[in-house]
Amino acid sequence: MPTIVVEVMPKAELLDPAGKAVAAALHRLGHEAIGNVRIGKRFELHVDGEVDAPLLAAVEQLAADMLSNGVIEDVVSVRVSGAETSGAGVAGETR
Amino acid sequence: MRVGVVTFPGSLDDRDAMRAIRLAGGEPVALWHGTHDLDGVDAIVLPGGFSYGDYLRCGAIAARSPIMAEVIDAAHSGMPVLGICNGFQILVEARLLPGGLIRNDHGTFIRRDQRLRVESTDSAWTSGFEQGQEITIPLKNGEGGFIADEATLDRLEGEGLVAFRYLDVNPNGSLRDIAGLRNERGNVVGLMPHPEHAVEPGFGPTTPAAMRSGVDGLTIFTSLISSTLART
Repeated sequence: MPTIVVEVMPKAELLDPAGKAVAAALHRLGHEAIGNVRIGKRFELHVDGEVDAPLLAAVEQLAADMLSNGVIEDVVSVRVSGAETSGAGVAGETR
Repeated sequence: MRVGVVTFPGSLDDRDAMRAIRLAGGEPVALWHGTHDLDGVDAIVLPGGFSYGDYLRCGAIAARSPIMAEVIDAAHSGMPVLGICNGFQILVEARLLPGGLIRNDHGTFIRRDQRLRVESTDSAWTSGFEQGQEITIPLKNGEGGFIADEATLDRLEGEGLVAFRYLDVNPNGSLRDIAGLRNERGNVVGLMPHPEHAVEPGFGPTTPAAMRSGVDGLTIFTSLISSTLART
């Protein structure tokens, strides 16, 4: 089943208190090499049938309108992933 | 005057809002998120809570629930709409008010009796205050940090759209100490603190006069009723 993956991150210029808390914990654990941490979101939209251009365009719109809030977040990528294992076999990068 | 209070899955303070409306002399009307029926109300309150467990973003899913189509239309045609805490987040997600609300800068939930300054009395929900009046009402949130870009902040200040500002302590990292906003028309107001928890002696914030005697929040609801009566 094809999957459309949408990734959203808090805007770079805004404070990310959750990421900051994780970074502080990592530093406490001795991971000095890690500077900042920012936490974003990954959505996996499972599609019944084929992913065509109109569907992908609709999802891009959805990513901007609902899956993210443009005031506080940026849509980093919208792409089709056909592989079962997440993160592998990425095809059709659209952004 | 009939004032609707919308209950979403995860609303907490809908009953408190209804009680505040009753104490102010209005008739509270329970509304349900899953309908398209405003039941002929004259004004609407979006209450506090954690609608949809704050999934996606606070207020984001509630802002797209069935009844919000009617709430947004009503707000655009001038009906008074008040959003408290999660209700403010819903108004922002519905684009009825600008900016966004993010996790508190200190990363923890906060509950305190909060001093505020009333910055604008030019709205259906603040007309009963004195300009610059200082009030104390409870605040309780985890994601109450108000943010917007500099141009938006300057416009809000310039047009007098900041309705309430935090005093003494900025409890959540809100830019320019903004605690609440109104829209240009003055019918839509949103704020993070909870006026509905400061409406009855014995149950409000502690004041120098007596324990739990603070009722500063009641003026939000009496403002609505007297300003709307004055117009009709």
